[in-house]
Amino acid sequence: MDVQLKRGLLDVCVLAAIKNEDSYGYQIIKDMKPYLALSESTLYTILKRLETANMLTVRTAEHGGRLRKYYRITDAGKRRIEEFKSDWKEILAIYRFVTKEDADE
Amino acid sequence: MNKQAFLGVLRKGLTFLHDDEVEERLSFYREMIDDRVEDGLTEEEAIREIGTPEEILARILVDMPPAKAEKKKSAPKRRLHWWEILLLILGSPIWLSLLLAAFAVVLSLYAVLWSVIISLWAAEIALWGASFGVFVGGVGLAILGHMLPGLALLGAGMVCAGLSVFLFFGCFAAAKGTLLLTRKLAAGIKNFFEKGE
Repeated sequence: MDVQLKRGLLDVCVLAAIKNEDSYGYQIIKDMKPYLALSESTLYTILKRLETANMLTVRTAEHGGRLRKYYRITDAGKRRIEEFKSDWKEILAIYRFVTKEDADE
Repeated sequence: MNKQAFLGVLRKGLTFLHDDEVEERLSFYREMIDDRVEDGLTEEEAIREIGTPEEILARILVDMPPAKAEKKKSAPKRRLHWWEILLLILGSPIWLSLLLAAFAVVLSLYAVLWSVIISLWAAEIALWGASFGVFVGGVGLAILGHMLPGLALLGAGMVCAGLSVFLFFGCFAAAKGTLLLTRKLAAGIKNFFEKGE
């Protein structure tokens, strides 16, 4: 898959994983597991990128005597998910056009 | 491999990142291991899921923009700012002459040290010569019949010879000490310049 496309998809997936409630690294990986395998280092890079783009905020909280980082989606992050949905409609339309050409041949 | 060993290897491999970024990444992986352990896995199983430190390091390098990987390496050898260069040039009449003066002082002190040693050796040779001359003169006088002055000269010659033997050891020790000092100074200067690079 195209690197840029994949990167955009992964960003939206991680945002979707924290859409309804704050989450932490391992939980995000577990939630995404049925759909795609995500390595720790890739997740770290995505989280950093989304934080820099102000699409999520990070807070550190104590959990069971140690520290854990929780990620919360921002309004900009929610907008990104909406953008993705409307983009995807266009992409689906293009996909149908492309596969129709194939079927005609 | 347990958690400590895993994080230790990772830390050693992450030298190309800034210290705060290294800590952030390590705490991220620490949290990932702890969460898996809380989920019922052992530390070893958790690490097997996450991957070996080598795999992780390789992926971090691949994910990283190349400019960033280079930045840390070249950071210690930073370029001088334009105003620093300007100050160096404008200040050169002062710092250059001070540097030259300091160099001249050190050099002259060193020359003084060696001249003291040379004069010591000169005194040593003179004493030897004198003791020999006086000894011969004393013997001559005694043969010619001037017994008392001859004996006095012989005695003086022996005193000179004794003194010269003492002085010989002194001269030898002084020359040896100065040579040692020279070697230490040279090593010190060499060290200074190698550190500066």
